[in-house]
Amino acid sequence: MHELSLCESIVETLEQQALAQHYRLVKTVWLEIGALSGVEAEALRFCFDAVTRGTLAEQAKLVILEVPGQAWCTQCSIHVPMQQRFDACPRCGGFQLRVNDGEQLRIKELEVE
Amino acid sequence: MCGVCGCGGEHHPLAKLSPVPAHGHAHGHEHDHDHDHQHGHTQTQDHAHLSPGRLVQIEQDILAKNNRYATQNREYFNRRRILALNLVSSPGSGKTALLTQTLERLKQRLPLAVIEGDQQTSLDAERIRATGVPAVQINTGKGCHLDAHRVGHALENLNLQDQSLLFIENVGNLVCPAAFDLGEAHKVVILSVTEGEDKPLKYPDMFHAADLMLLNKIDLLPYLSFDLDRCIAYAKQVNPKLRVLALSAATGEGMDNWLQWLLAEQQLLQITYR
Ligand SMILES: Nc1nc2c(ncn2[C@@H]2O[C@H](COP(=O)(O)OP(=O)(O)OP(=O)(O)O)[C@@H](O)[C@H]2O)c(=O)[nH]1
Ligand SMILES: [Mg+2]
Ligand SMILES: [Zn+2]
Ligand SMILES: [Zn+2]
Repeated sequence: MHELSLCESIVETLEQQALAQHYRLVKTVWLEIGALSGVEAEALRFCFDAVTRGTLAEQAKLVILEVPGQAWCTQCSIHVPMQQRFDACPRCGGFQLRVNDGEQLRIKELEVE
Repeated sequence: MCGVCGCGGEHHPLAKLSPVPAHGHAHGHEHDHDHDHQHGHTQTQDHAHLSPGRLVQIEQDILAKNNRYATQNREYFNRRRILALNLVSSPGSGKTALLTQTLERLKQRLPLAVIEGDQQTSLDAERIRATGVPAVQINTGKGCHLDAHRVGHALENLNLQDQSLLFIENVGNLVCPAAFDLGEAHKVVILSVTEGEDKPLKYPDMFHAADLMLLNKIDLLPYLSFDLDRCIAYAKQVNPKLRVLALSAATGEGMDNWLQWLLAEQQLLQITYR
Protein backbone atom coordinates (compact mmCIF):
# COMPACT_ATOMS: atom_id res chain seq x y z
CA MET A 1 0.00 0.00 0.00
CA HIS A 2 2.58 2.59 -0.90
CA GLU A 3 -0.29 4.55 -2.43
CA LEU A 4 -0.47 6.03 1.07
CA SER A 5 3.05 7.44 0.94
CA LEU A 6 2.45 8.65 -2.60
CA CYS A 7 -0.60 10.58 -1.40
CA GLU A 8 1.35 12.05 1.48
CA SER A 9 3.93 13.15 -1.01
CA ILE A 10 1.21 14.73 -3.18
CA VAL A 11 -0.20 16.68 -0.24
CA GLU A 12 3.28 17.86 0.69
CA THR A 13 3.77 19.16 -2.84
CA LEU A 14 0.40 20.89 -2.75
CA GLU A 15 1.35 22.59 0.51
CA GLN A 16 4.74 23.68 -0.79
CA GLN A 17 3.26 24.97 -4.02
CA ALA A 18 0.61 26.95 -2.09
CA LEU A 19 3.28 29.44 -1.02
CA ALA A 20 5.00 29.67 -4.39
CA GLN A 21 1.79 29.90 -6.38
CA HIS A 22 -0.31 31.90 -3.90
CA TYR A 23 -3.34 29.75 -3.26
CA ARG A 24 -5.07 28.59 -0.10
CA LEU A 25 -7.38 25.90 -1.42
CA VAL A 26 -7.02 23.11 -3.93
CA LYS A 27 -10.19 22.24 -5.83
CA THR A 28 -8.95 19.73 -8.39
CA VAL A 29 -5.77 17.72 -8.80
CA TRP A 30 -4.91 16.17 -12.15
CA LEU A 31 -2.54 13.26 -11.96
CA GLU A 32 -0.93 11.35 -14.78
CA ILE A 33 -0.51 7.70 -13.82
CA GLY A 34 1.19 5.30 -16.19
CA ALA A 35 -0.21 1.81 -16.73
CA LEU A 36 3.23 0.42 -15.82
CA SER A 37 3.77 2.58 -12.74
CA GLY A 38 2.59 -0.15 -10.40
CA VAL A 39 -0.02 2.13 -8.89
CA GLU A 40 -3.66 1.24 -8.57
CA ALA A 41 -5.91 4.21 -9.35
CA GLU A 42 -8.62 3.04 -6.95
CA ALA A 43 -6.19 2.59 -4.07
CA LEU A 44 -4.80 6.03 -4.81
CA ARG A 45 -8.26 7.60 -4.62
CA PHE A 46 -8.98 5.87 -1.37
CA CYS A 47 -5.74 7.07 0.21
CA PHE A 48 -6.12 10.55 -1.23
CA ASP A 49 -9.39 11.07 0.61
CA ALA A 50 -7.86 9.86 3.86
CA VAL A 51 -4.65 11.85 3.56
CA THR A 52 -6.16 15.16 2.45
CA ARG A 53 -8.50 15.34 5.44
CA GLY A 54 -7.80 18.53 7.39
CA THR A 55 -5.49 19.91 4.68
CA LEU A 56 -5.87 22.56 2.01
CA ALA A 57 -6.93 19.79 -0.37
CA GLU A 58 -9.72 18.42 1.80
CA GLN A 59 -12.38 19.28 -0.80
CA ALA A 60 -10.22 18.51 -3.78
CA LYS A 61 -11.42 16.33 -6.60
CA LEU A 62 -8.88 13.85 -7.90
CA VAL A 63 -8.78 13.32 -11.65
CA ILE A 64 -6.53 10.51 -12.80
CA LEU A 65 -5.35 10.39 -16.38
CA GLU A 66 -4.19 6.88 -17.13
CA VAL A 67 -1.35 6.78 -19.63
CA PRO A 68 -1.02 3.55 -21.62
CA GLY A 69 2.28 1.68 -21.59
CA GLN A 70 4.52 1.71 -24.62
CA ALA A 71 7.79 0.00 -25.39
CA TRP A 72 10.44 -0.01 -28.11
CA CYS A 73 11.09 -3.42 -29.63
CA THR A 74 14.79 -3.66 -30.34
CA GLN A 75 14.17 -6.53 -32.76
CA CYS A 76 11.54 -4.81 -34.90
CA SER A 77 12.65 -1.21 -34.28
CA ILE A 78 9.10 -0.08 -33.69
CA HIS A 79 7.08 1.26 -30.78
CA VAL A 80 4.54 -1.24 -29.49
CA PRO A 81 1.78 -0.98 -26.90
CA MET A 82 2.44 -2.66 -23.57
CA GLN A 83 -0.30 -3.38 -21.07
CA GLN A 84 1.91 -5.28 -18.66
CA ARG A 85 5.60 -5.74 -18.19
CA PHE A 86 5.56 -9.35 -19.32
CA ASP A 87 3.83 -8.62 -22.62
CA ALA A 88 5.56 -9.81 -25.76
CA CYS A 89 6.06 -7.69 -28.85
CA PRO A 90 2.81 -8.11 -30.83
CA ARG A 91 4.80 -8.28 -34.07
CA CYS A 92 7.77 -10.60 -33.38
CA GLY A 93 6.61 -12.23 -30.18
CA GLY A 94 9.95 -11.40 -28.52
CA PHE A 95 10.69 -9.79 -25.20
CA GLN A 96 13.52 -7.47 -26.22
CA LEU A 97 11.40 -4.51 -25.20
CA ARG A 98 12.46 -1.22 -23.66
CA VAL A 99 9.68 0.60 -21.88
CA ASN A 100 9.45 4.19 -23.07
CA ASP A 101 6.09 5.37 -21.77
CA GLY A 102 3.59 4.49 -19.07
CA GLU A 103 5.85 4.58 -16.03
CA GLN A 104 5.01 8.10 -14.92
CA LEU A 105 3.54 9.20 -11.62
CA ARG A 106 3.08 12.92 -12.08
CA ILE A 107 1.06 15.81 -10.77
CA LYS A 108 0.06 17.62 -13.94
CA GLU A 109 -2.10 20.50 -12.96
CA LEU A 110 -4.14 21.98 -10.15
CA GLU A 111 -7.28 24.03 -9.92
CA VAL A 112 -6.79 26.34 -6.98
CA GLU A 113 -8.25 29.33 -5.23
CA MET B 1 15.39 18.36 14.66
CA CYS B 2 16.66 17.82 11.17
CA GLY B 3 17.07 21.25 9.60
CA VAL B 4 16.81 19.97 6.07
CA CYS B 5 13.68 17.93 6.23
CA GLY B 6 12.01 19.07 9.46
CA CYS B 7 11.39 15.48 10.40
CA GLY B 8 12.46 15.68 14.02
CA GLY B 9 15.54 13.53 13.50
CA GLU B 10 19.18 14.42 13.78
CA HIS B 11 20.77 16.79 11.33
CA HIS B 12 21.13 15.33 7.89
CA PRO B 13 24.71 14.27 7.19
CA LEU B 14 24.62 14.75 3.48
CA ALA B 15 24.49 17.74 1.21
CA LYS B 16 21.75 20.29 1.60
CA LEU B 17 18.59 19.66 -0.32
CA SER B 18 17.67 22.34 -2.77
CA PRO B 19 14.13 23.59 -2.36
CA VAL B 20 11.46 22.13 -4.62
CA PRO B 21 11.76 23.79 -7.98
CA ALA B 22 8.49 25.38 -8.98
CA HIS B 23 8.44 24.34 -12.60
CA GLY B 24 4.97 25.61 -13.12
CA HIS B 25 3.53 29.02 -13.63
CA ALA B 26 0.11 30.25 -12.87
CA HIS B 27 -1.92 31.30 -15.81
CA GLY B 28 -5.04 33.29 -15.35
CA HIS B 29 -6.45 33.05 -18.87
CA GLU B 30 -8.20 29.76 -18.84
CA HIS B 31 -10.06 29.86 -22.15
CA ASP B 32 -7.28 29.05 -24.51
CA HIS B 33 -5.34 26.40 -22.64
CA ASP B 34 -4.86 23.64 -25.12
CA HIS B 35 -3.36 20.96 -22.87
CA ASP B 36 -5.88 18.21 -22.99
CA HIS B 37 -8.62 18.33 -20.44
CA GLN B 38 -10.75 15.73 -22.14
CA HIS B 39 -10.32 13.70 -19.00
CA GLY B 40 -13.74 14.38 -17.60
CA HIS B 41 -13.12 17.90 -16.39
CA THR B 42 -16.36 19.43 -17.49
CA GLN B 43 -18.39 21.86 -15.50
CA THR B 44 -21.50 19.70 -15.67
CA GLN B 45 -19.76 16.80 -13.98
CA ASP B 46 -18.17 19.07 -11.49
CA HIS B 47 -20.55 19.56 -8.63
CA ALA B 48 -17.78 20.25 -6.16
CA HIS B 49 -17.31 23.88 -7.05
CA LEU B 50 -19.52 26.60 -8.35
CA SER B 51 -17.00 29.14 -9.52
CA PRO B 52 -14.04 27.70 -11.40
CA GLY B 53 -10.69 28.27 -9.75
CA ARG B 54 -7.42 29.29 -11.24
CA LEU B 55 -5.40 26.60 -13.02
CA VAL B 56 -1.80 26.00 -12.07
CA GLN B 57 0.43 23.70 -14.07
CA ILE B 58 3.00 22.11 -11.85
CA GLU B 59 4.23 19.04 -13.74
CA GLN B 60 5.96 17.39 -10.83
CA ASP B 61 6.91 13.79 -10.28
CA ILE B 62 5.07 12.41 -7.26
CA LEU B 63 8.25 10.65 -6.21
CA ALA B 64 10.32 13.81 -6.68
CA LYS B 65 11.04 14.22 -3.00
CA ASN B 66 12.17 10.63 -2.53
CA ASN B 67 14.22 10.90 -5.69
CA ARG B 68 16.00 14.01 -4.43
CA TYR B 69 17.02 12.20 -1.25
CA ALA B 70 18.06 9.21 -3.33
CA THR B 71 20.27 11.40 -5.50
CA GLN B 72 21.83 12.83 -2.38
CA ASN B 73 22.53 9.34 -1.02
CA ARG B 74 23.95 8.27 -4.37
CA GLU B 75 26.30 11.26 -4.48
CA TYR B 76 27.48 10.39 -0.99
CA PHE B 77 28.15 6.77 -2.02
CA ASN B 78 29.96 7.86 -5.18
CA ARG B 79 32.16 10.35 -3.34
CA ARG B 80 33.26 7.63 -0.96
CA ARG B 81 33.31 4.83 -3.54
CA ILE B 82 30.86 2.82 -1.51
CA LEU B 83 28.94 0.04 -3.22
CA ALA B 84 25.35 0.21 -1.94
CA LEU B 85 22.96 -2.62 -2.78
CA ASN B 86 19.22 -2.66 -2.14
CA LEU B 87 18.10 -6.23 -1.36
CA VAL B 88 14.44 -6.78 -2.11
CA SER B 89 12.24 -9.87 -1.85
CA SER B 90 9.08 -11.24 -0.31
CA PRO B 91 9.23 -12.01 3.45
CA GLY B 92 11.31 -15.05 4.31
CA SER B 93 13.17 -15.56 1.03
CA GLY B 94 16.40 -15.64 3.04
CA LYS B 95 17.78 -12.09 2.79
CA THR B 96 19.16 -12.02 6.32
CA ALA B 97 20.46 -15.60 6.13
CA LEU B 98 22.21 -14.79 2.87
CA LEU B 99 23.61 -11.59 4.35
CA THR B 100 25.07 -13.21 7.47
CA GLN B 101 26.73 -15.87 5.29
CA THR B 102 28.04 -13.22 2.91
CA LEU B 103 29.37 -11.03 5.72
CA GLU B 104 31.18 -13.94 7.34
CA ARG B 105 32.96 -14.62 4.06
CA LEU B 106 33.85 -11.00 3.24
CA LYS B 107 34.50 -9.34 6.57
CA GLN B 108 38.25 -9.90 6.45
CA ARG B 109 38.48 -8.38 2.98
CA LEU B 110 36.32 -5.25 2.91
CA PRO B 111 34.68 -2.76 5.26
CA LEU B 112 31.03 -3.85 5.46
CA ALA B 113 27.81 -2.40 6.87
CA VAL B 114 24.11 -3.19 6.81
CA ILE B 115 20.90 -1.19 7.02
CA GLU B 116 18.00 -3.42 8.02
CA GLY B 117 14.42 -2.45 7.13
CA ASP B 118 11.50 -4.16 8.83
CA GLN B 119 8.10 -2.98 9.93
CA GLN B 120 8.84 -4.06 13.50
CA THR B 121 11.62 -5.49 15.72
CA SER B 122 15.38 -5.21 15.54
CA LEU B 123 15.82 -8.99 15.28
CA ASP B 124 17.49 -8.87 11.89
CA ALA B 125 19.94 -6.12 12.89
CA GLU B 126 20.88 -8.26 15.89
CA ARG B 127 21.49 -11.26 13.60
CA ILE B 128 23.80 -9.06 11.52
CA ARG B 129 25.65 -7.61 14.51
CA ALA B 130 26.34 -11.14 15.71
CA THR B 131 28.73 -11.41 12.75
CA GLY B 132 30.63 -8.35 14.02
CA VAL B 133 29.45 -6.12 11.16
CA PRO B 134 27.78 -2.82 12.10
CA ALA B 135 24.04 -2.67 11.40
CA VAL B 136 21.34 -0.05 11.81
CA GLN B 137 17.71 -1.09 12.06
CA ILE B 138 14.98 1.04 10.50
CA ASN B 139 11.46 0.22 11.62
CA THR B 140 8.94 1.46 9.10
CA GLY B 141 5.91 0.81 11.32
CA LYS B 142 3.00 0.54 8.93
CA GLY B 143 5.22 1.55 6.01
CA CYS B 144 5.69 -1.16 3.42
CA HIS B 145 9.07 -0.04 2.06
CA LEU B 146 12.20 1.90 2.92
CA ASP B 147 12.51 5.40 1.50
CA ALA B 148 15.61 7.38 0.65
CA HIS B 149 15.06 9.84 3.46
CA ARG B 150 15.07 7.19 6.19
CA VAL B 151 18.13 5.61 4.61
CA GLY B 152 19.90 9.00 4.61
CA HIS B 153 19.34 9.24 8.35
CA ALA B 154 20.54 5.67 8.90
CA LEU B 155 23.78 6.63 7.12
CA GLU B 156 24.43 9.18 9.88
CA ASN B 157 24.58 6.41 12.42
CA LEU B 158 26.79 4.13 10.39
CA ASN B 159 29.86 6.30 9.80
CA LEU B 160 30.78 4.29 6.74
CA GLN B 161 34.40 3.88 5.78
CA ASP B 162 35.36 4.76 2.24
CA GLN B 163 35.15 1.81 -0.19
CA SER B 164 32.67 0.00 2.02
CA LEU B 165 30.16 -2.49 0.83
CA LEU B 166 26.74 -1.45 2.17
CA PHE B 167 23.79 -3.83 2.08
CA ILE B 168 20.33 -2.39 2.56
CA GLU B 169 17.85 -5.13 3.39
CA ASN B 170 14.47 -3.74 2.41
CA VAL B 171 11.14 -4.61 4.02
CA GLY B 172 10.00 -8.06 2.87
CA ASN B 173 7.56 -7.06 0.12
CA LEU B 174 7.74 -7.84 -3.60
CA VAL B 175 5.65 -4.83 -4.58
CA CYS B 176 6.28 -1.46 -3.00
CA PRO B 177 10.07 -1.24 -2.66
CA ALA B 178 10.29 -1.36 -6.47
CA ALA B 179 9.10 2.23 -6.69
CA PHE B 180 11.48 3.79 -4.18
CA ASP B 181 15.01 4.54 -5.23
CA LEU B 182 17.31 4.59 -2.19
CA GLY B 183 20.38 5.75 -4.07
CA GLU B 184 21.71 2.22 -4.46
CA ALA B 185 23.95 1.07 -7.29
CA HIS B 186 21.75 -1.98 -7.90
CA LYS B 187 18.58 -3.55 -6.70
CA VAL B 188 19.17 -7.24 -6.06
CA VAL B 189 15.99 -9.30 -5.98
CA ILE B 190 16.05 -12.54 -4.03
CA LEU B 191 13.58 -15.26 -4.85
CA SER B 192 13.58 -18.53 -2.97
CA VAL B 193 12.64 -21.64 -4.86
CA THR B 194 9.88 -22.44 -2.35
CA GLU B 195 7.94 -19.43 -3.64
CA GLY B 196 7.18 -20.86 -7.08
CA GLU B 197 8.58 -20.05 -10.51
CA ASP B 198 5.72 -17.74 -11.50
CA LYS B 199 6.67 -14.85 -9.18
CA PRO B 200 8.50 -12.78 -11.82
CA LEU B 201 5.28 -12.65 -13.83
CA LYS B 202 3.06 -12.01 -10.82
CA TYR B 203 5.26 -9.22 -9.45
CA PRO B 204 6.86 -7.90 -12.64
CA ASP B 205 7.74 -4.43 -11.39
CA MET B 206 10.28 -5.71 -8.90
CA PHE B 207 11.98 -8.02 -11.37
CA HIS B 208 12.02 -5.21 -13.89
CA ALA B 209 13.65 -2.83 -11.42
CA ALA B 210 16.38 -5.26 -10.36
CA ASP B 211 19.76 -5.78 -12.03
CA LEU B 212 20.52 -9.12 -10.40
CA MET B 213 18.29 -11.97 -9.26
CA LEU B 214 19.45 -14.47 -6.67
CA LEU B 215 17.56 -17.74 -6.65
CA ASN B 216 17.98 -18.87 -3.06
CA LYS B 217 17.37 -22.15 -1.21
CA ILE B 218 18.42 -24.34 -4.13
CA ASP B 219 19.29 -27.02 -1.54
CA LEU B 220 15.52 -27.61 -1.40
CA LEU B 221 15.10 -28.24 -5.14
CA PRO B 222 15.00 -32.06 -4.74
CA TYR B 223 11.87 -31.73 -2.61
CA LEU B 224 10.02 -29.33 -4.91
CA SER B 225 8.68 -29.21 -8.44
CA PHE B 226 10.27 -25.80 -9.02
CA ASP B 227 11.30 -25.34 -12.67
CA LEU B 228 14.50 -23.30 -12.48
CA ASP B 229 14.81 -22.66 -16.22
CA ARG B 230 11.23 -21.59 -16.55
CA CYS B 231 11.60 -19.20 -13.63
CA ILE B 232 14.63 -17.60 -15.26
CA ALA B 233 12.81 -17.37 -18.60
CA TYR B 234 9.89 -15.59 -16.88
CA ALA B 235 12.26 -13.18 -15.18
CA LYS B 236 14.02 -12.35 -18.47
CA GLN B 237 10.63 -11.85 -20.05
CA VAL B 238 10.02 -8.84 -17.77
CA ASN B 239 13.67 -7.77 -17.78
CA PRO B 240 15.87 -9.00 -20.64
CA LYS B 241 18.97 -7.51 -18.99
CA LEU B 242 18.51 -9.29 -15.66
CA ARG B 243 21.44 -11.41 -14.50
CA VAL B 244 20.68 -14.53 -12.48
CA LEU B 245 22.62 -16.51 -9.88
CA ALA B 246 21.41 -19.64 -8.09
CA LEU B 247 22.63 -20.36 -4.58
CA SER B 248 21.88 -21.67 -1.14
CA ALA B 249 22.55 -19.60 1.95
CA ALA B 250 22.13 -22.79 3.97
CA THR B 251 24.71 -25.03 2.27
CA GLY B 252 26.90 -22.37 0.65
CA GLU B 253 26.40 -23.80 -2.84
CA GLY B 254 26.75 -21.04 -5.44
CA MET B 255 28.00 -18.52 -2.87
CA ASP B 256 31.35 -18.13 -4.65
CA ASN B 257 29.66 -16.71 -7.74
CA TRP B 258 27.81 -14.18 -5.64
CA LEU B 259 30.97 -13.16 -3.79
CA GLN B 260 32.75 -12.73 -7.13
CA TRP B 261 29.96 -10.51 -8.34
CA LEU B 262 30.15 -8.37 -5.20
CA LEU B 263 33.92 -7.99 -5.37
CA ALA B 264 33.84 -7.19 -9.07
CA GLU B 265 31.15 -4.52 -8.61
CA GLN B 266 33.06 -3.03 -5.71
CA GLN B 267 36.26 -2.97 -7.78
CA LEU B 268 34.50 -1.22 -10.66
CA LEU B 269 33.67 1.67 -8.33
CA GLN B 270 37.32 2.23 -7.57
CA ILE B 271 38.04 3.24 -11.17
CA THR B 272 38.31 6.94 -11.91
CA TYR B 273 36.99 7.72 -15.38
CA ARG B 274 37.57 10.97 -17.16
N1 LIG C 1 16.75 -24.57 3.27
C1 LIG C 1 17.13 -23.31 3.24
N2 LIG C 1 16.58 -22.44 4.10
C2 LIG C 1 16.98 -21.15 4.05
C3 LIG C 1 17.93 -20.69 3.11
N3 LIG C 1 18.09 -19.36 3.28
C4 LIG C 1 17.28 -19.01 4.30
N4 LIG C 1 16.61 -20.08 4.76
C5 LIG C 1 15.62 -20.10 5.86
O1 LIG C 1 14.51 -19.29 5.47
C6 LIG C 1 13.94 -18.67 6.62
C7 LIG C 1 13.84 -17.16 6.41
O2 LIG C 1 15.13 -16.62 6.29
P1 LIG C 1 15.45 -15.09 6.60
O3 LIG C 1 16.91 -14.91 6.36
O4 LIG C 1 14.93 -14.69 7.93
O5 LIG C 1 14.59 -14.40 5.47
P2 LIG C 1 14.38 -12.84 5.21
O6 LIG C 1 14.20 -12.70 3.73
O7 LIG C 1 15.47 -12.07 5.84
O8 LIG C 1 13.01 -12.57 5.94
P3 LIG C 1 12.34 -11.15 6.33
O9 LIG C 1 13.44 -10.21 6.75
O10 LIG C 1 11.40 -11.46 7.42
O11 LIG C 1 11.65 -10.68 5.07
C8 LIG C 1 14.84 -19.02 7.78
O12 LIG C 1 14.25 -20.08 8.48
C9 LIG C 1 16.13 -19.45 7.12
O13 LIG C 1 16.86 -20.38 7.87
C10 LIG C 1 18.49 -21.65 2.19
O14 LIG C 1 19.30 -21.36 1.33
N5 LIG C 1 18.03 -22.93 2.31
MG1 LIG D 1 15.37 -10.41 7.13
ZN1 LIG E 1 3.04 -0.55 -0.32
ZN1 LIG F 1 9.20 -7.04 -32.08
